[in-house]
Amino acid sequence: MKKKSLGTKLTAAPYLVWSAIFIIVPLIFVLVYSVTDSQGNFTLQYILDIGKYKDVMLNSIWLGFIATVISLVISYPLAYIMARTTANVQRTMMILVMLPMWMNLLIRTYSMMIILQDTGIINTALEAIGLGKVHMINTEAAVVLGMVYNYIPYMILPLYSIMSKMDHNLIEAAEDLGANKFTVLKNIVLPLSLPGIASGFTMVFVPSVSTFYISKKLGGNTFSLIGDVIEMQFKSANNYNLGAALSLVLMVLIIICMMVMNRFTGEDDDGGVLI
Amino acid sequence: MGDNVIIRLQDISKKFEDEVILDKINLSIKDKEFMTFLGPSGCGKTTTLRIIAGFLEADSGQVIFEGKDINNVPPHKRQVNTIFQRYALFPHLNVYENIAFGLRIKKMKEKDISRKVHEMLELVNLKGFQKRNIASLSGGQQQRVAIARALAVEPRVLLLDEPLGALDLKLRKDMQVELKNIQKRMGITFIYVTHDQQEALSMSDTVVVMNGGKIQQIGTPIDIYNEPKNAFVADFIGESNILDGVMLDDFKAKFSGAVFQCLDKGFAVNESVDIVVRPEDVDVVPVSEGTISGIITSNTFKGVHFEMIVDIDNFKWMIQTTDYYPVGTRIGIQIEPDAIHVMKKSEYSGMFGDYSSFSDELERLSDVEQEEE
Repeated sequence: MKKKSLGTKLTAAPYLVWSAIFIIVPLIFVLVYSVTDSQGNFTLQYILDIGKYKDVMLNSIWLGFIATVISLVISYPLAYIMARTTANVQRTMMILVMLPMWMNLLIRTYSMMIILQDTGIINTALEAIGLGKVHMINTEAAVVLGMVYNYIPYMILPLYSIMSKMDHNLIEAAEDLGANKFTVLKNIVLPLSLPGIASGFTMVFVPSVSTFYISKKLGGNTFSLIGDVIEMQFKSANNYNLGAALSLVLMVLIIICMMVMNRFTGEDDDGGVLI
Repeated sequence: MGDNVIIRLQDISKKFEDEVILDKINLSIKDKEFMTFLGPSGCGKTTTLRIIAGFLEADSGQVIFEGKDINNVPPHKRQVNTIFQRYALFPHLNVYENIAFGLRIKKMKEKDISRKVHEMLELVNLKGFQKRNIASLSGGQQQRVAIARALAVEPRVLLLDEPLGALDLKLRKDMQVELKNIQKRMGITFIYVTHDQQEALSMSDTVVVMNGGKIQQIGTPIDIYNEPKNAFVADFIGESNILDGVMLDDFKAKFSGAVFQCLDKGFAVNESVDIVVRPEDVDVVPVSEGTISGIITSNTFKGVHFEMIVDIDNFKWMIQTTDYYPVGTRIGIQIEPDAIHVMKKSEYSGMFGDYSSFSDELERLSDVEQEEE
């Protein structure tokens, strides 16, 4: 291989500095804080303390997983249909998908509250037609709904991207060889879209598991997710070390989940597709 | 070759957004024959193929398979298989699984699948390739896998949509021979689509020349070449000098200011006709011995022969000879009676067969255009 010239190296420098300051250094901070106490002495006390938060952590992963699966189930057919329509319809649908992302997460979550609360739009409507109120806000279901609502574009985009690139001849070839619609979906479309599924799964699962704002607003004070606990350590409890330890463990758990996920997608390198 | 018709197309018409793609196509395809749809891009040949495969529905008309109307039969239930232009191999499956795809749908036993796949790999000369990744194969090898995959399910008819278009010339020639052999060995019907007239002539039992959504001529390669029905066919198949002429009487045609003996008859006295003379059928003789004469305006060496453009009576002829004559020479021309082909006037009269604007470059440009179809 040709040796890289000095110029090439120099152009990479800003990015290297950037990632060192904003990615590597914070990670080192997290690592250091998680294995020291408030005096700065080495200790594994906080890591070992995490056992106390096992339930919160598992519950966070579980809710994040449910939200991701729901997003996938909704997005998959939508992305498939989008990829098959005319260019104009595709553009319009794409804008509709992206539109909520242009609004702030706080505003989106507040509007969700307004819709779901006991005196909210849905309940007012239900009461008006005589069906009576349904308690929705401050439940786990509301939190999951919030996650799906906030993060679903990150599922649709990679799926749409991979499906619009899929060669339609492959589907015709499969039909030609005797495959019915279901077999085509199972044996051709699904396996070929696995990299998109993996990519979407990561992009919805990770923020869902670590969210604190959505659970606080839509879950009320009835329960907390691991993100809330971590936030509490850094703010009210002022216990940076425990917060860092929790973050570290959460990070490791997410990485393990992703590795398991990526096993299913095989050796295809088409992974991180976004538009 | 059996005489039983396997597929019949009846009055097939198709429009895309008001543009007529196919205009009442009628065609009978015999069992076990190698039939080629030949024509320029946009002539409707691929559309016809897709209608037979079931991927497209005709606006009107019927596709009849062994006497049964199959208009409403979806592609996966038709006994025809397609080789796609860009092969359409499943990238997530290896060679073995690609070929086994159709067999698994038929729920064959693993042992039978394995036997069939190996048999097919042997047929297409890819023994030992079963574990290979599709992406690691060359174009020619992918083509072979596509053929093996389609033939594994034992179709009655194989449809091939410009299957050799993406291969280089040498490989293309080899594959032509091989495809023809495979067709003979399997004893099934091949319907082949191409815009390459050489390919069509060398492989087919029957050639269907198409243009503008209509069939121009159906015949054996020899018929199509020697007895073209109109100026379009004469021009599209090989090189032709197409001249305005008058049939003075049976066996007597007048063109380029001279009267020639020919073998054609049955025209009205003094009927206006199109005359076709192939460049290789023109005899170059000393001026004194020629029926007509002309001046060479260009001469290109082509390997086997020289290709000259000769101005005869203000009409530019293409003439191929093995002897060299310098540009500017006046040469005499003689044409044997069997080298003259007389055609009735058609909508294509006067549109083709004059080499005044001919250049190799132009021809190559139009070839590229066609390949992009």
